Amino acid sequence: MDDIPITLLRAMYVTMLRIRRFEEHVARLVERGEIKTPCHLYIGQEAVAAGICAALRVDDQIFGTHRSHGHYLAKGGDMQAMMAEIYGKRTGCSRGRGGSMHLIAPEVGLLGTVPIVSGTIPLAVGAALAAMLQGCDRVTVAFFGDGAMEEGTAHESLNLAAHRRLPVVFVCENNLYSSHLSLFERRARDNIVDAAAAHGLVGIRVDGNDAEAVHAAASQAVARARSGGGATFLECRTYRWRGHVGPSWDLDVGVKRKDELREWLSRDPIARLRQSLVSAGVPTEVLDRLDDDVQAEVARAEAYAKQSPYPAADELTMHVFYSEDASR
Amino acid sequence: MNTRPLTYAQAIREALAQMMERDPRVFVIGQGVWSPWYVGTSMQDLDRQFGRERVIDSPVSENATTGVGIGAALAGMRPVVIHPRVDFMLLAVDQLVNEAANWCYMFGGQVSVPIVIRPIINRGGEQGAQHSQALHAWFMHVPGLKVVMPATPYDAKGLLVASILDDNPVLYVDDRWLYMETADVPEELYSVPIGQAAVRRAGRDATVVAISYMVKAAVEAGERLSHEGVDVEIIDVRSLKPLDDATILASVRKTGHVVVADSGWRTCGAAAEISARISEHAFDALRAPVARVALPDVPAPTSRALEGVYYVGADHIAAAVRRVLHERATHPLRGRASVPP
Repeated sequence: MDDIPITLLRAMYVTMLRIRRFEEHVARLVERGEIKTPCHLYIGQEAVAAGICAALRVDDQIFGTHRSHGHYLAKGGDMQAMMAEIYGKRTGCSRGRGGSMHLIAPEVGLLGTVPIVSGTIPLAVGAALAAMLQGCDRVTVAFFGDGAMEEGTAHESLNLAAHRRLPVVFVCENNLYSSHLSLFERRARDNIVDAAAAHGLVGIRVDGNDAEAVHAAASQAVARARSGGGATFLECRTYRWRGHVGPSWDLDVGVKRKDELREWLSRDPIARLRQSLVSAGVPTEVLDRLDDDVQAEVARAEAYAKQSPYPAADELTMHVFYSEDASR
Repeated sequence: MNTRPLTYAQAIREALAQMMERDPRVFVIGQGVWSPWYVGTSMQDLDRQFGRERVIDSPVSENATTGVGIGAALAGMRPVVIHPRVDFMLLAVDQLVNEAANWCYMFGGQVSVPIVIRPIINRGGEQGAQHSQALHAWFMHVPGLKVVMPATPYDAKGLLVASILDDNPVLYVDDRWLYMETADVPEELYSVPIGQAAVRRAGRDATVVAISYMVKAAVEAGERLSHEGVDVEIIDVRSLKPLDDATILASVRKTGHVVVADSGWRTCGAAAEISARISEHAFDALRAPVARVALPDVPAPTSRALEGVYYVGADHIAAAVRRVLHERATHPLRGRASVPP
């Protein structure tokens, strides 16, 4: 594995901090009752979004899930617009029609996030097919969870992508839980990555809490896709610290979660990357200052969202069908 | 415009070919698109003409194939997704409803999903419950989808062109019972506006609002009724969503007697929605209750003995017209006939 330049490590660190601090604040706002839309927090999984998106170009495209605050920020989406969306404001990235689960930032290649499990996997394959038909070297990434691999659509999509050698990277974020059920309560074997080979794809299992490892695997997968080598399946092993939805820690679900959580908290992906940066000679004061800047940015996003207007009542029926005038 | 006779199926093929020639963003994906056995002559040799990269015969994966079409549309293409039987498209309702229909709204109108979904109604011939269904009404129910059902070769071409040009998801539903209908079709590319019904026959006594194959049946019924001195007006709905209320209501106001004819089931069917709108907006003009001609709420049987009583056609429409005209004479509301509209 080539050494990752320090500037890239630092950029991934900032991305992960932005996700972490944004979501910690969202959790507080949910607890205070300011935010109502269901928020599925990504805390603990930040290395996956950061590592994958650091390997992408701005024109590469991604699709996400109900748990996509991290994907949105990592791909370059505007934090204020996401906060405003979560507040249900007209200035939100989806103009108050989407909430936390429907995020979009087409200007940086985030084409959409949805909560229907496996719903965006075929969409990513379709965007990859479009790139091939258009003769351009754009790559598409589908982010999804371990539960999505229990859906038939996921397997249909892997087969289609493999058969037509499409430039897509499947990123399965295996956080060991689908809602309240642990992986071992849903599957006979812990073998999600094996599905890749069954469909004729390269499948790789990666430590999803190691941003450097995720980035390295993603870089190879993206290079393969871009050069006509077809799709790759990455299983990123990670853990979500919070509950399926909302700010709780979900200690009452699954048989082992209480013990597991302690263990996974000690594998904090941000602490790990910080250690790499310190070892590489970055002073801790510099890293602390980055954290301060990020917290200030989150506060600005909150203020922006609060000041923004709600959509007007007469806008209810706008956007059922597309019109160029209304799209701007 | 130069015209020549084409079958309904040839008109579909011509629309696809001309749009693919004109616009490199247009491509076709679906099961059986290389096989005349699946899609009749409606796509004959399209793969040879445009290559199998652009005319893609898909694996047996209805939901993912539909999703691939939607994703390609989001990334700048204009896909036409083919489902050779409506029945099998049920496996793709998730992508159609959850994704295609909602997408524009749930992202605040910033992105369009310019996709055409073409489910084919393929029934009769003792094919039975899972090879015969006509479920277009389901999709009228969903905000964000348009639904068109051409009844003539001219509209088969023009509505398909309009559907491909539209920036929204359009269900283009064709019926194989119409594939051999032949009529003059212009050689040039043209489109028939989505959302406009057509008056197929002008008349004074009763209005038949008909959908897809039932337009052909209504024309037959209208001929027969004319020999009985009954002058029927026939409205070809063409576009179920958006529905052309104005054309339908104008005819209702003229005749005061209405039969709505559809090739789907009766309960919550397209005919139910049309008759509800007539009641809401032209109750004062009605001289008899609106009658529906639709399939009984029964799965399609196989035995020809049962098929013969299951499907509806010209006889049922003619009988329904006679009935609503008779009710005019006997119905307690008949006095309303003298009330000016």
